Amino acid sequence: MNVPELPEEVLQAHVDGRLDPAHAEAVAAVLAAHPDLAARVAAWRLQKASIADAYASLVDEPVPARLVQAASRPAAAASTAARLSALPWQTRFALAAMLAGGIAIGWVVRGALPTGGSGPEAAVAALPRDAAIAHAVYSPEIRHPVEVAASEQDHLVGWLSKRLGRKLVVPDLAAAGYELVGGRLLPGNQGPAAQFMYQDATGRRLTLYIRVEPSAAPATAFRFSEQGTLRVFHWIDGSLGYALSGEFDREELLSIATRVHRQIAS
Amino acid sequence: MHEHDLIVLLPRLRRYARALAGDAGRADDLVQDTLERAWAKSALFRPGSDLRAWLFTLMHNVHVNGVRRRSPLDAGGARPPGQGPGGVEREDTLAALADPAATAEGDAAVSDIGRALAQLPETQRVAILLVALEDMSYQDIASIQQVPVGTVMSRLARGRERLRQLLDGTGGPASLRVVK
Repeated sequence: MNVPELPEEVLQAHVDGRLDPAHAEAVAAVLAAHPDLAARVAAWRLQKASIADAYASLVDEPVPARLVQAASRPAAAASTAARLSALPWQTRFALAAMLAGGIAIGWVVRGALPTGGSGPEAAVAALPRDAAIAHAVYSPEIRHPVEVAASEQDHLVGWLSKRLGRKLVVPDLAAAGYELVGGRLLPGNQGPAAQFMYQDATGRRLTLYIRVEPSAAPATAFRFSEQGTLRVFHWIDGSLGYALSGEFDREELLSIATRVHRQIAS
Repeated sequence: MHEHDLIVLLPRLRRYARALAGDAGRADDLVQDTLERAWAKSALFRPGSDLRAWLFTLMHNVHVNGVRRRSPLDAGGARPPGQGPGGVEREDTLAALADPAATAEGDAAVSDIGRALAQLPETQRVAILLVALEDMSYQDIASIQQVPVGTVMSRLARGRERLRQLLDGTGGPASLRVVK
């Protein structure tokens, strides 16, 4: 049954389309002379395609929240607690004593030091990250990308404005080639957040994430960050923080961000 | 290691886990255990190297070692939807929003080839799935399975031929076949 000039690794690589064109042609020529083997190769190819098909829909399923949580960087506090609890009690006792001293020192010098991880700066830093996570979770959705579709735009804007307690403006990006898909309400770190999704003719999506910033947050210029393959421009305007996310190059995203900013500010 | 990079790989990790573990609940447990291990070992990940290959290697090890966060009593047991082990409400709020019709449809499609795949020795099933679902290089599969590339090729060859026989209905009972 086996054909000497076609060892099994060559046949498998042929099934997977991993031979260079000349080699693949030579294999096809040998297979033409061995119909039994050619039928097996065809069956293997079909079987490979049916495996891919059978599991394809799983990629479009919404990801359970507990997995998104597990994929997110564990809180520093949690890992510190875990490390502490792994220490023998004598060490923990000594550390606790040092910490108590540290807190006393910290209380005295607190006015002289920049605010730490919980101040407005930290909240601003969390904005692009939260926006990127929301983009990553919802933009691949085929069936449920938004809660309220663009066809009910008035209702959408009224509803989200009410929930955020601010009058929201949905930028019109048609001139840049992007139509509004719709929007949804999301949990932000200090209250509700809104996400508007846009899509171009090829199905490429971008999202605008908006949330209320604490009153202490200073207005900022555009800030750019990369979260994996995703790029985010964020800024703060008045009491609202905005983040525009998409898999675009920096220039393209900046030009859309400028457009958004101009419409919101006016 | 950026969390965003992990999040964008989640759907693919879930797909492979489902094909590997069969059952949806166990598959997501496998993904969760893998993510927890990834963060615990994040210092070992070399920036710039292939995150997908690293995560699939971790998942493979978690799966093979049967390292489970939950008690073995829960493994494979039927549990009511929306409830985790011990009756604790799971945070599957996003999953609960999934269109049940779409899910059932997907599972029905999976079952036919899934049953045939389930009869293969795991080493062969892993090689076949990583090529079919992830289009992973033979070299990457070899390093995940910790065997030479030649072994991956023969696992593919034997697994695919066996699968063909099973799907043709000419395979006969799996127990009668000598498999390595």
